[in-house]
Amino acid sequence: MPKKEYLKKVMVIGSGPIIIGQAAEFDYAGSQACRALKEEGLEVVLVNSNPATIMTDTNIADRVYIEPLTPEFLEEIIAKERPNGLLATLGGQAGLNLAVQLAERGVLEKYECELLGTPLMAVKKAEDRELFKETMQKLGEPIPESAIVEDVASAVSFANEIGYPIIVRPAYTMGGTGGGIADNEEELTDIVIKGLKYSMIGQVLIERSVAGWKEIEYEVMRDGNDNCITICNMENLDPVGVHTGDSIVVAPSQTMTDSEYQMLRSASIRIIRELGIEGGCNAQYALDPNSERYYVIEVNPRVSRSSALASKATGYPIAKVSAKIAIGYTLDEITNAVTQKTKACFEPALDYCVVKFPRWPFDKFVYADHTLGTQMKATGEVMSIDRNFEGALLKAVRSLEIGVHRLHMDFMDDWDWETIKKHLTQINDERIFVIAEAFRRGIACVDEIHEITKIDKWFLRKIKSITDVENLLEQMPLTDDLLRRAKDVGLADRSIAEITEKPINEIRQQRKAAGILPCYKMVDTCAAEFEAATPYYYSTFHAEEDEVQTSNARKVIVLGSGPIRIGQGVEFDYCSVHSVWALREMGIEAIIINNNPETVSTDFDISDRLYFEPLTTEDVLNIVDKEKPEGVIVQFGGQTAINLAASLEAAGVKVFGTSVDDIDRAEDRERFDEVLTETNIPRPQGASVTTVQEAFDAAARIGYPCMVRPSYVLGGRAMEIVYNEEELRDYMGRAVKVTPDHPVLVDRYMEGTEVEVDAISDGVDVVIPGIMEHVERAGVHSGDSIAVYPPQTLSSKVIFTIIDYTKRLATNLHVKGLLNIQFVVVNDEVFIIEVNPRSSRTVPFLSKITDVKMVNVATRVAMGESLASQGYKSGLVDFRPYVAVKAPVFSFAKMTDVDIALGPEMKSTGEVMGIDYHYARALYKAMVGAGMNIPVHGCILITVADKDKEEMKQLAKAFYDIGFNLVATEGTARAIGTMGISAQVVGKVHQRSADIIQMIKQGRINLVINTLTQGKHSANDGFKIRRATVEHGIACLTSLDTAWEVLRVLTFMRERRLVYSLAVQDYVGGGDDLA
Amino acid sequence: MKRNVPGKLILQDGTVFTGSLLGGTTATGEVVFNTGMTGYQEILTDPSYCNQIVTLTYPLIGNYGIAKRFMQSRKSFVNGFIIGELSREGSSCHMTEELTEFLKAQGVPCLYNVDTRAVTRKIRSAGTMKGIIVPADADEATIKELMAVPIEKEVVAKVTIPEAYEIPGEGPHVTVLDFGIKQNILDSLSRIGCRLTVLPASTTAEEVLAMKPDGIFLSNGPGDPKDVPEVIENIKKLIAADKENNLPIFGICLGHQLLSLALGADTYKLKFGHRGSNQPVKNLLTGKVQISSQNHGYAVDDKSLEGLPMEITHINVNDGTVEGMRHKELPIYSVQYHPEASPGPDDNVYLFEQFRDMLTKGYRW
Repeated sequence: MPKKEYLKKVMVIGSGPIIIGQAAEFDYAGSQACRALKEEGLEVVLVNSNPATIMTDTNIADRVYIEPLTPEFLEEIIAKERPNGLLATLGGQAGLNLAVQLAERGVLEKYECELLGTPLMAVKKAEDRELFKETMQKLGEPIPESAIVEDVASAVSFANEIGYPIIVRPAYTMGGTGGGIADNEEELTDIVIKGLKYSMIGQVLIERSVAGWKEIEYEVMRDGNDNCITICNMENLDPVGVHTGDSIVVAPSQTMTDSEYQMLRSASIRIIRELGIEGGCNAQYALDPNSERYYVIEVNPRVSRSSALASKATGYPIAKVSAKIAIGYTLDEITNAVTQKTKACFEPALDYCVVKFPRWPFDKFVYADHTLGTQMKATGEVMSIDRNFEGALLKAVRSLEIGVHRLHMDFMDDWDWETIKKHLTQINDERIFVIAEAFRRGIACVDEIHEITKIDKWFLRKIKSITDVENLLEQMPLTDDLLRRAKDVGLADRSIAEITEKPINEIRQQRKAAGILPCYKMVDTCAAEFEAATPYYYSTFHAEEDEVQTSNARKVIVLGSGPIRIGQGVEFDYCSVHSVWALREMGIEAIIINNNPETVSTDFDISDRLYFEPLTTEDVLNIVDKEKPEGVIVQFGGQTAINLAASLEAAGVKVFGTSVDDIDRAEDRERFDEVLTETNIPRPQGASVTTVQEAFDAAARIGYPCMVRPSYVLGGRAMEIVYNEEELRDYMGRAVKVTPDHPVLVDRYMEGTEVEVDAISDGVDVVIPGIMEHVERAGVHSGDSIAVYPPQTLSSKVIFTIIDYTKRLATNLHVKGLLNIQFVVVNDEVFIIEVNPRSSRTVPFLSKITDVKMVNVATRVAMGESLASQGYKSGLVDFRPYVAVKAPVFSFAKMTDVDIALGPEMKSTGEVMGIDYHYARALYKAMVGAGMNIPVHGCILITVADKDKEEMKQLAKAFYDIGFNLVATEGTARAIGTMGISAQVVGKVHQRSADIIQMIKQGRINLVINTLTQGKHSANDGFKIRRATVEHGIACLTSLDTAWEVLRVLTFMRERRLVYSLAVQDYVGGGDDLA
Repeated sequence: MKRNVPGKLILQDGTVFTGSLLGGTTATGEVVFNTGMTGYQEILTDPSYCNQIVTLTYPLIGNYGIAKRFMQSRKSFVNGFIIGELSREGSSCHMTEELTEFLKAQGVPCLYNVDTRAVTRKIRSAGTMKGIIVPADADEATIKELMAVPIEKEVVAKVTIPEAYEIPGEGPHVTVLDFGIKQNILDSLSRIGCRLTVLPASTTAEEVLAMKPDGIFLSNGPGDPKDVPEVIENIKKLIAADKENNLPIFGICLGHQLLSLALGADTYKLKFGHRGSNQPVKNLLTGKVQISSQNHGYAVDDKSLEGLPMEITHINVNDGTVEGMRHKELPIYSVQYHPEASPGPDDNVYLFEQFRDMLTKGYRW
């Protein structure tokens, strides 16, 4: 079948901001799809609210709308652009939901826009519980037996019918409160009683539990001619019970017989056929480890996170092929991009083992519940490839950047046997490390651990084979033979050095002398059956033949940014990709190293060669040895890449851009103080301390409140504001381990306007594409602040000072490329907070809105081109006539016990942008895009700290004036009363029956303004109020600055000013000035 | 910890790949590769691999052990087994023994810890060739001697059952010519209700017809189809008789090749064959593509079918080679690939269903 010729213009919906469960994989999928559509000569209209993506670049789609992903905005864009096709299956659940809403509202019909890919009915069949059940029953596909009950007796009788264990899920509670697994009638009764209480409608869902069964996934594709193929299957190391996004996953399956493999493959094909999907689909199964029985657990009628993983694991471009299918191609008409000879209609054959490991945010959310269950908690993931499982697993572990490089966590050394045994039963982010520890000490055998964890013995034996070699390393002299065995099980030189207590360089030398070197193999979709053209490689110590063809051309390695985590998101992948593109544009071969399967940078057609490898010194040096590049570029891969700069340089690798010494001058507290003295730039008073007593002395000298944090951090990890000595003592004891090697920084906390600058310097000239002003005052992490371009309140004197300081710093630090500076402005005086001599979170945002190709320019500078030769003059680039607002997006609904109050610790997982000629409109779009549920009328609950009461009074009055009712606790209400207005008084939490939480639960509160009172304990009332707002979907503003801006938006909305959508091209290209 | 016995695979052209030997025995055979990711047991026991040294591209083998129910024939006929990592302890509820035990019991020399991707790349570019498995310290004379061992041509005779037997069934009677048949073909025929009489390859056409079958099945098997001219002669007679009795005849793999030779077409040796579970086959009658399990080193020459009363029904999407054909007048059809799977996908069960409809409902095209 030829492509659908009537299609001329197709709209693609992106997935919006990064949240837990919906990460960068959709940037990869969407970008691939847009390019595939453009390749066919179609005009592509893209809508995505996330500016940190490649897909929202103006060269990816003909018309790029960075607008809120709501049906209203989409309808307007459809009305304006009149696309005749809509592709929503590559925008995750967000994209699919929007497509459903547009169809149900009749928008698609009205504007004659065809829904491509997945038919509407398929979405319903996959997502509606009853329809799904019906569809599966029709197909004869088993799903776990379930029933909805309203009393204990029915629950028990159902359980007797189907047998235990039984899962209980209360209906309509968020975060799974009140549910559980029952093994017998007694437990069931308990849980059901509790569940019925928690459920808002007095119902619980009870279902056969298949916890402990093998969890298996299949990625399937189907075209309009009903051709079906499976791309790959995946087996979760963690049995059913842990969300697949939180599971360690291996591809292909390892412990399934061919018979089981084919049984589930055939089921997947039956399912995709029945749903009538044209494109990709994902099916998840529970497979009984003791028989061939299985259940279908879930079907995703779209490209998913697993599809991205499957794409990277096999080399098969699922998103691209899905897009081609959506416009009418059949699988046998599409060329296999890997071989360029065969067709896309085949099933990839892997000749390696792939491991995916989730990256959890528990390093940021220290107090969060680490238990893994049905709610996904990971923000990102890493993938690794090797010829054996052990190698792939350890590569994944050291790619995580959680301070471990093998299956060993230092703190477990102090655990006794009992503690280890106890922890074996806990399903959390550390389970695999506990298992390794148990093996290492010989506490439990494979059978015992299998009994406890239900993890397949095959995986457990592999883990044991690693710890066995570790034990040998500890006991025996390090012969070449033993070294070879250590490399065979994937141990890093660093791990071997640690265990044998030898210097790492000695290990490396011995290894190289013994000829124990990695070979690089190609990912080619066909297990070498056909010659392939993919420059996509992985390393292995299990091979004889290295098949990388290096060239003698000029070449440079770009280091990627690893897994998506809080503080280091998709922005850095954006930068890495642009750096690669810049190098290629310059005629230099660009080699990328990265380990994140969810990204554009790990698409094999982005760079000249892709090495899917951990970003550690050893792994990078091995590639350097192989490729012999001119050097490496570290400034675009976030802190991941920067952290490698020193060790790479020490190993003789040229680091392009800002020198390692200058990076250190910017990052090392004392050296940076020297820089500031030399450049005569003020900073908030502060000190670096190495003991608790020093901290007290410093704080007393500087004066409270103080900002405290460990040195060398990203995303404000473990950073807090302390208001007195008691809080400081608490912090020093709890949050950090202060040692002479790891000093803690104590700074004066200055309450002022925070300003952020990204600049490019070649050491002589300094170009500042833009300045951003933060809505929230200093103290809220810059990543969690609303940032506005251009600044709205800064005086020209301040702007002049910022330009001046930026120039001074850039030249003093001899920056060759990008730098990011954060300032705080107090009474028109500018202080510096920090300098990052690298690309930052705001680079994609600023690049897009200023049309300065920042990464391209910076890459050229790093490679030696001057700014002048590129046509740039030193100084601030003229402000554009429009306003762009970047707003943070949080995933609090997924992390049930995290305090949502904003502070110096970064908590957001993603961001959106609002752009308009008018500030309030841009702000409005950003807030809507961020999913902030702003009521236009109703009741506002105000409860603030004493220090905020004065300001709050003004704010309360303003909200009152536009018609809101006010509710406040006694003290706050009294303060409000002094303004001549009244607020309804409400009891504190649990003070009386009609307390605040009750009011929130009953839906009587529409907006909450709550600032942090002292104490950080979750028992705190404020915490409970804030969490209640998350569970009930009410906006909660924890900064008065944000509240003022919400007020601005509300006032503006009242004036019923027209909000309209324009493409980025309209703004940047200088569209009509409608301001 | 067991000590590895170093061994190596030496190809005819002198290329050497190192590994570890299980059992320490030697082997000579034609070195081929299979790209399937599951089904090592089914591959090991598929008689079509008789006399071959089979290399698996998937590097982790033995993970789920060996289970009696997955045996595709009474024993393994492979001459050698080349794999990456050998799992000594399998994990599966179906498992009846470890792969290592099975290999030892079957006397299959296994070279493991081999860079099987390198072996595959070699064969892909140089073509299938003879090779030997030897201990690393084998002397020149041994190597020479082993390399000189000719590749046996009498393979069908080696793998076919010595004596006829019956598999009961309620439905039509099908005579099955066993050239090295896989168990799952028999099971697939039983599943569609057939009563089967399984016959040695040497059974004459007259003997077959004397059993008054409702249909005839020509099985898969090893080797060059041209090495069994007597079978081809027999099939010629069966086709000739078919003009009278109009019996459905269905051939798979070697059966397909023998059928084409009997009809006057030609076969040729592929450079490195099709062996795996992911081969796309386009059904020219429906325009649809199915994924198939394949294991063949020879193929039917499409040009040679021109002018014959045959119609090509299936082609390979990757290289366009003939994957299936049918007679224009008689109820005779065959496929080059393995609709019975085991190992591999179940996409092509419809070919057995078609056979059932021909046998029971008189379906003809």
